Amino acid sequence: MYEVLIVLLLAGLVVAAISTALTRRLLTAVIIYAAYSSIMAIIWILLESPDLAITEAAVGAGVSGILFYLTLRRLNRIDRDQPEEPLPKEEDSSHEHEDD
Amino acid sequence: MNMKMIKARLAAWWRGEEDLTEELYGSPRPEEAPAVPDTPLPRLHSTFVIAHTELRAFRWLYAVLSAVFCLIIIGTMLYAVTYMPPYGSADTPTINEVFDRYVEQGMAETGAVNTVAGMILDYRAFDTLGESFVLFTATCTVIILMKDDPDLKKKKHPYFVDYRYDPIVHSIGSLLIPVLLVFGAYILFNGHLSPGGGFSGGAVIGSALMLYAMIFGEERATRVISERVIQTVVLCALGFYALSKSYSFFTGANHLTSIIGPGTPGNIFSAGLILPLNVAVGCVVACTMYTFYILFKRGRLS
Amino acid sequence: MRFGENGLINFEEMAAIILFAIGFTTLLFNRNLIKKIIGMNIMDTGVYLFLASMGFIFDREAPIITDGVTDADRYINPIPSGLVLTGIVVSVSVTALMLSLTVRLYEKYRTLNLDEIYMLSHNRGGKP
Repeated sequence: MYEVLIVLLLAGLVVAAISTALTRRLLTAVIIYAAYSSIMAIIWILLESPDLAITEAAVGAGVSGILFYLTLRRLNRIDRDQPEEPLPKEEDSSHEHEDD
Repeated sequence: MNMKMIKARLAAWWRGEEDLTEELYGSPRPEEAPAVPDTPLPRLHSTFVIAHTELRAFRWLYAVLSAVFCLIIIGTMLYAVTYMPPYGSADTPTINEVFDRYVEQGMAETGAVNTVAGMILDYRAFDTLGESFVLFTATCTVIILMKDDPDLKKKKHPYFVDYRYDPIVHSIGSLLIPVLLVFGAYILFNGHLSPGGGFSGGAVIGSALMLYAMIFGEERATRVISERVIQTVVLCALGFYALSKSYSFFTGANHLTSIIGPGTPGNIFSAGLILPLNVAVGCVVACTMYTFYILFKRGRLS
Repeated sequence: MRFGENGLINFEEMAAIILFAIGFTTLLFNRNLIKKIIGMNIMDTGVYLFLASMGFIFDREAPIITDGVTDADRYINPIPSGLVLTGIVVSVSVTALMLSLTVRLYEKYRTLNLDEIYMLSHNRGGKP
């Protein structure tokens, strides 16, 4: 039973980490990171470290998430997608320009 | 103005068709003395081409090298894990005489029921002093780096909601903040008897202060907890910690014996210096968290 | 090269290494600065999970002395807990430091993409 529970939680951690890396909206990534920290707090309880559970729940899920959110708010990035396009294809036009 | 338009204008700037220097850097581009009309922005264009081709080559090399590096590191670590002692067994190399000493003699020597608190605040208190100074240094650096948000005054923020008059947030917050403060103080003062201690208690108290500032506004929060109060509390806590642990320098660097005895394990006033050191660390952590919040929100403390 | 026999028994350590790997690849391959910082945090938690799972022992309790029993066979290892406890709090201050540096970079270049920052820094008003 213990193994099943902890394997499920670890799978949840890995899924949360991967979806944090793959989401395009930064606010979604930050919220998934807070959820990741909450799962981590439960894993600390199962690993018999209640000190770590309290600290992780307060710091990882609370303070870090709020700091990320405040940064996004300050940069006006809350409702915007991550501009993850490749570099602008400028090579052809710039070569033309060079010929001028 | 969406991202596509910004991209298009930046591309035009890189091609040399439009001058965005004033918008990007806040000051007009200095006039070059005799501008040759046939070749507009020659150096800008050439530097762009060089940077662009450099960047393309560099990105290709970077991607390949970092993929190889990641694969090597991850493969080595996974290979090493398969040879490690089985998970949860009692005869691993980490279960050695240090573990026996901490668990068997820890309560008699430090007086702390919570072995982790006894370890980090008595046996390894000097290490924790360093940690507190790391927090202090991080606070100072963030104070130096953050400035006032210049856009905040010009435009009304679209996400601005005055939570002081919101019926749900206000009532839940005024119910929750005292509970959070009491819980934080409990795990702060009870750190040597139960799970918790300076770091966890300080983080919970810091979160409660952040919630207060979030709901009731930073004006009101900084009136209660001003810059002066934060300076005084952090300096007093760090100074007390440093002074109370610096006697180990004068007693031959063996600070296992203290002037204050361990007392009766299980009492609230026991465990020598662990309770005041917990309070000092908790003050530093709470002030650090609160300062981070205020600095990221407003850019300055007062 | 032959693998050891404890690969599937050590699932906790395996998960820690996988989390470390995810964080590390995010840190290296993502061009967005905020994503890089989140990846670094995930890397941190992978290291903490590895440390704490080294200290865990089956059928033992948290290292809080109950009923005055100071028998070493009853409690788990407290040393990784102490190390990780300080590490978590330091990682949030490192996060705050990196976020403030990101804010300053954004105020100068108005972008979060590292490649665009590189190109803009090579394009300083016509002066290379």
